[in-house]
Amino acid sequence: MTVVEEEQKQAAKPVGLGVIGWLRWGWRTLTSMRTALILLFLFALASVPGSVFPQRAVDPGQVARYFAAEPVRAEWLDRFWMFDVFRSPWFAAIYLLLFLSLVGCVLPRTLAHLKEIRRKPPAAPRNLLRLPHHAELDGELTLADAVAVLKKRRFRVETGPDWVAAEKGHLRETGNLVFHLALLVLLLAVGVGGLYGYKGNVLVVEGDGFANTVAAYDRYVPGASVTAESLEPFSFRLTDFQATYVGPGHEKVGQPLTYSATLSVKDAPGAPDRVVDLQVNEPLDVNGTLTYLIGHGYAPVFTVTDGAGQVAYEGPVPCLTSNTSTFESECVIKVPDAAPQQLAFLGRFLPSTLPAGDDWVSVFPGAVNPTVQIWPFAGDLGLDSGQPQSVYDLGAHQNLKPLGKMTAQPRPLAVGEALDLPDGAGKIQFTGVKEWIALQTTYDPGRMPALLASIATVLGLVLSLTIRRRRVWVRMTDGRATVGGLSRTEGSNFTDEFAEIVASLNPRSGVTDDR
Amino acid sequence: MTADSLATLSDQLILAAILLYLAAMIGYALELAFGTRPAQVRELVRSDGGTVTETQPGEPVVWARQAGRLAVGASWIGWAANVTATLTRGLAVERWPWGNMYEFVVAMILAAVTVYLFMQLRYPVRFLGAFVTVIAALGLGFAVRVLYTQAGPVVPALDSYWVAIHVSAAIAASGLFTVGGVAAALYLIRREGESRLPARADLERIAHRVIVIGFPIWTFAVISGALWADKAWGRYWNWDPKEVWAFITWVAYAAYLHARATAGWKGKAAMIVSLIAFGCLLFNLVGVNIFFGGLHSYADVP
Repeated sequence: MTVVEEEQKQAAKPVGLGVIGWLRWGWRTLTSMRTALILLFLFALASVPGSVFPQRAVDPGQVARYFAAEPVRAEWLDRFWMFDVFRSPWFAAIYLLLFLSLVGCVLPRTLAHLKEIRRKPPAAPRNLLRLPHHAELDGELTLADAVAVLKKRRFRVETGPDWVAAEKGHLRETGNLVFHLALLVLLLAVGVGGLYGYKGNVLVVEGDGFANTVAAYDRYVPGASVTAESLEPFSFRLTDFQATYVGPGHEKVGQPLTYSATLSVKDAPGAPDRVVDLQVNEPLDVNGTLTYLIGHGYAPVFTVTDGAGQVAYEGPVPCLTSNTSTFESECVIKVPDAAPQQLAFLGRFLPSTLPAGDDWVSVFPGAVNPTVQIWPFAGDLGLDSGQPQSVYDLGAHQNLKPLGKMTAQPRPLAVGEALDLPDGAGKIQFTGVKEWIALQTTYDPGRMPALLASIATVLGLVLSLTIRRRRVWVRMTDGRATVGGLSRTEGSNFTDEFAEIVASLNPRSGVTDDR
Repeated sequence: MTADSLATLSDQLILAAILLYLAAMIGYALELAFGTRPAQVRELVRSDGGTVTETQPGEPVVWARQAGRLAVGASWIGWAANVTATLTRGLAVERWPWGNMYEFVVAMILAAVTVYLFMQLRYPVRFLGAFVTVIAALGLGFAVRVLYTQAGPVVPALDSYWVAIHVSAAIAASGLFTVGGVAAALYLIRREGESRLPARADLERIAHRVIVIGFPIWTFAVISGALWADKAWGRYWNWDPKEVWAFITWVAYAAYLHARATAGWKGKAAMIVSLIAFGCLLFNLVGVNIFFGGLHSYADVP
């Protein structure tokens, strides 16, 4: 499956050949250019559903939403791996066949090319005037001069009794082969990365720390050959996070401008702390394990006092951003330690609050005037039931009852304000605002090999598409020299270069072009 | 000059470029339609009573040729307006002026016109002007009417020197592929035999020449995109819709290059493949941002 100038012969159909014959025919068909071309089309076509349907590897939440909206269709699509296109057996079948076809084509060509490189340029044909490019020289030219001129132009030169043969442009095929072999290396590098790499996501609130262990991640996706011990043992504390936004007066008011998280990092247990300014496009690098800043949000700080007068909860509560342009966020506060009843709160956090009729809205993503609306509940949180729960969701708790009269839009609390719960159930105080950041940590040992292979593909491609293979011969007959030229690359323009070569052999001669 | 007046100047220059490209298009079209008198076929009676047909090649028509030359002039002035518009936009926002769809389309049109104008300096391809300028005018019009975004800063993920590397390569390759797409479309429109357009073999050669230059640049654009993704998102390849379609486009152009070297696929079939590849490129440029979203959807489609 290489770009060949020569036409490949279609594999002949076997007639009454045994198993070996069929295998030979199958191999020849698989490695033919025509098959490679069809596999290339299939490869492109097979990728299309990967952009049409949400993919589990990219956004599992979106796949879940698709299942919720269209359960029957989603189930059928899932049977055909439509949510895992790039990990599906049929996609693997196509690229494995394609790469097998590539191996079958490129390896024999590499061997042939290695021989070809060592071969001397072929002897001059008898009549050079029959070649597509030719010229007769009037002046005197010795074979030694011709050799010198052609060598200076970096041709490989071979001499006979009355002729000089020169050839140039083997780098074309070299580049072609390098390109295709580099694609194979690239595929291997991607495979190695998938086996020995891992990916983890974690949310860290200002003031909190993180240690790189499997248990510390909110979501952890290891490769098949990764063990818990292979994680780089670094840790850090998030001391500060700052975001800046486009201010009022511009069409894009509220658009983020910069994110910057200050980390205090220990590369290994016992190592000294170093301060790292983590930004988008500038990950934290600890011996090849990279940590990226991929998101942020607000974590208002609450103090909950229960009916018994005890502080039952104190600390920040990370809220999910429900509107990315105003950072209006939804919070869930669960207080299982509250007595006599467990308490829970739904909150709506507004970083820059303005009243709007009966409602309040956030008008800017920065925390200019932060408030939070609170809906209190009391009862049994069901944490002892053994059912796993999300910390971001109150779910359908049948044993939780609203405390007091539910209002659609309770008056929001400003920082420092408290809401007294009805029936002496205690109070909740909004004490401050922190921010959280979402981090992704990745380790991929295939990164560097993949990068090197990619560089090789580009270099190989440039060589194979720009270099032309051409031959030049000079023959002396009765003291007169004739020059012939042949371009072995179809569609290339050799005329100008041939004229230059003839001119440097003898400035007074004329060139004939019979093409 | 203040940022605001630079941005306004940029917007006005884009309108001027549209008008100049349209004027050039008319000139090119006149030359294409009337530039050569039709070839004369005469039937002569020989002295022995037989007949000979004699074909006289068409002669050039002076005024129409003049229209063609004026069209080249108008194209260069339109090009200068396009360049200045991109420069002033960049100065107004103090970053590389390809941070959103509007700016990308303007730059891509600029790249296509640049490829054409420099090509016609070296090769006899002035006829392409009629089609390149009409695409340029339509493309800029589409950018102004549908994609326009007020000059402003970009989100943090786009605030990187990789914009200069990755997006510039994508723009250059897209410009080359656009010219290749025009030549391929003309190849298919033009039938064998007499035509005002150049021979099919010439059109095929033009398409091949620009695609051969564009393909490694596109490869580099995809790879530098992967490098940037590795820096920004923590993985170099994750099958984001934009990545999927960049890959599909790459495979389709690779298929064209292979088709051209395969018996039975040379000529028409290969040209159709190259047009499919160009379709994938356009879909990746416009369609993916509008229909699919994904990580590249910050490109500001209103």
